[in-house]
Amino acid sequence: MLDRFEIRLSGTGGQGIVLAGIILAEAAGIYEGKHVVQIVSYGPAARGGTSRADVVISENEIDYPKAMGLDVLLAMNQMACDESTPELKPTGILVVDSLLVTQTSNPRVVQIPFTRIAREKCGREQMANIVALGTLSQLIPAMPAGAGIVSRESMEAAVMARIPPGTEKMNKLAFEEGIKAAEEIQKTLVFEEPSEDHDQI
Amino acid sequence: MHRRKKPEPKAQLMQGNEACAEGALIAGCRFFAGYPITPASEIAEHLSYRLPQVDGTFIQMEDEIASMGAVIGGSLAGVKSMTATSGPGFSLMQENLGFACMAEVPCVVVNVMRGGPSTGLPTNPSQGDVMQARWGTHGDHPIIVLSPSSVMECFTLTVKAFNYSEKYRTPVIFLMDEVVAHMREKVVLPEPNEVTVIDRVKPSVPPEWYLPYEDTSFGVPPMGIFGEGYRYHVTGLVHDIRGFPTLRQDEIEPFLLRLFRKISIHFADIQLVESFHTEDADLVIVAYGCTFRSAHRAMVEARARGLKVGLLKLITIWPFPRRVVEPLTRAKKTLLVPEMNMGQISREVKRVNQGMTTVLTVNKIDGTMITPQEILEKIEEEKK
Repeated sequence: MLDRFEIRLSGTGGQGIVLAGIILAEAAGIYEGKHVVQIVSYGPAARGGTSRADVVISENEIDYPKAMGLDVLLAMNQMACDESTPELKPTGILVVDSLLVTQTSNPRVVQIPFTRIAREKCGREQMANIVALGTLSQLIPAMPAGAGIVSRESMEAAVMARIPPGTEKMNKLAFEEGIKAAEEIQKTLVFEEPSEDHDQI
Repeated sequence: MHRRKKPEPKAQLMQGNEACAEGALIAGCRFFAGYPITPASEIAEHLSYRLPQVDGTFIQMEDEIASMGAVIGGSLAGVKSMTATSGPGFSLMQENLGFACMAEVPCVVVNVMRGGPSTGLPTNPSQGDVMQARWGTHGDHPIIVLSPSSVMECFTLTVKAFNYSEKYRTPVIFLMDEVVAHMREKVVLPEPNEVTVIDRVKPSVPPEWYLPYEDTSFGVPPMGIFGEGYRYHVTGLVHDIRGFPTLRQDEIEPFLLRLFRKISIHFADIQLVESFHTEDADLVIVAYGCTFRSAHRAMVEARARGLKVGLLKLITIWPFPRRVVEPLTRAKKTLLVPEMNMGQISREVKRVNQGMTTVLTVNKIDGTMITPQEILEKIEEEKK
């Protein structure tokens, strides 16, 4: 495993980006026992502004808490995608909500309509973040650099520990839909091996 | 027989603000008065439901001026008290903060720095309040200011802040920044019996013999608690040993000198720092708060390139740890001070330096954290 594995979740305020970041950090930190730092940045508005959560995972203690080269970028709107794509590592993968992100400059993109899946399969658009976490729990372990970062079981346990009581069934469904969507796309996806030249700074 | 198992240490993902609130509780804080403000609101939020659980009191005041007043009252009544705010609120607290210095009322004031001046940048980090923490309230006064750089330190140093305030009867300012306050890290909090908690010294004499501001060898008079029979006068005016206003020269100066002395004779206890590879380094980065984390990364990268770089982390920023910085300047090590302001601690480093060595700065005021790359560039520029 690399010294740092960096994931950025980025989107609009109200999409549950920060909560997804907390769940991801708990899955890796508490359930997998890794060192983890999660940092958020958001504007003053409660809804509608940009919202961003960076999660850095490492076997060692983490000093600089912000992303230096993204291994995974989840973009839940077009602006988030445009802003953060340049920070992706050459081996990193871009995961976008294909309903809200229509243009990407990165050819290594995973396009899944999280919001539509949430609306049509789970009945609520707000579940899009959990659908996305399901997808990430499937994609990250498949990456060469992502082995051992977070398992599907850890992620699911972390989701279930954070959600409000009474929504377990709905969240489990959303999580599984995310995994299903990822499995479909994974068949066509080829992961690049990380090489020495692509190391951070 | 059923034997009780020792509880397993439980790791949890915690935010800096929450860790600060939990640190306060374990240190014995049972009164919080404040007014919510980004990026410090989570401290108030967390304490608003945690304090009632431990028989404490949480009160949201009408503003920060009143908050600070309530904190002083709470402390005089014998309850460890705190408030938490950010730049704009910290400005409003200054008047009563001076009162707490003068009347020697222990309390902890958390200031989570955000971009300024004025309402500035509510959700962006900054380290612009370093000098305000030192000199924000008027008059010549000593103060203790601690600055954490990790979530765990938000916990441990809040306990230390309360301990210093109780031990030295002084307000302690806990100067966090937005990055550390909002960052989440995995922490394992210690059990209450694993934490050293210091409580104020109470008078051992009967109430009628009690002199509330009498000098002691330690420099700190025992503190009588209101409601326990010890009645005395508390004032913002310069007072004699009984607490009453005085204009006598032979009382004014000894009193003010004692205020300074009670801190200065305990510098070794108060001035906390951490050194990394400073012995063999020819360039030492001096950093505090979230900037320490970038500096640490820069040091690791620089060392990987064969550059002899060290790092001095300031945990106590006031009183400025001169006794640690001065030897570095005498050893002719180049000093580099990165900070998210136009040079507030670097100014202090330069004062200590007295032209002995070169002091470089990296200043950033665009509302974002200094990156390791920016520090590294400065190092390489210097090493050329």
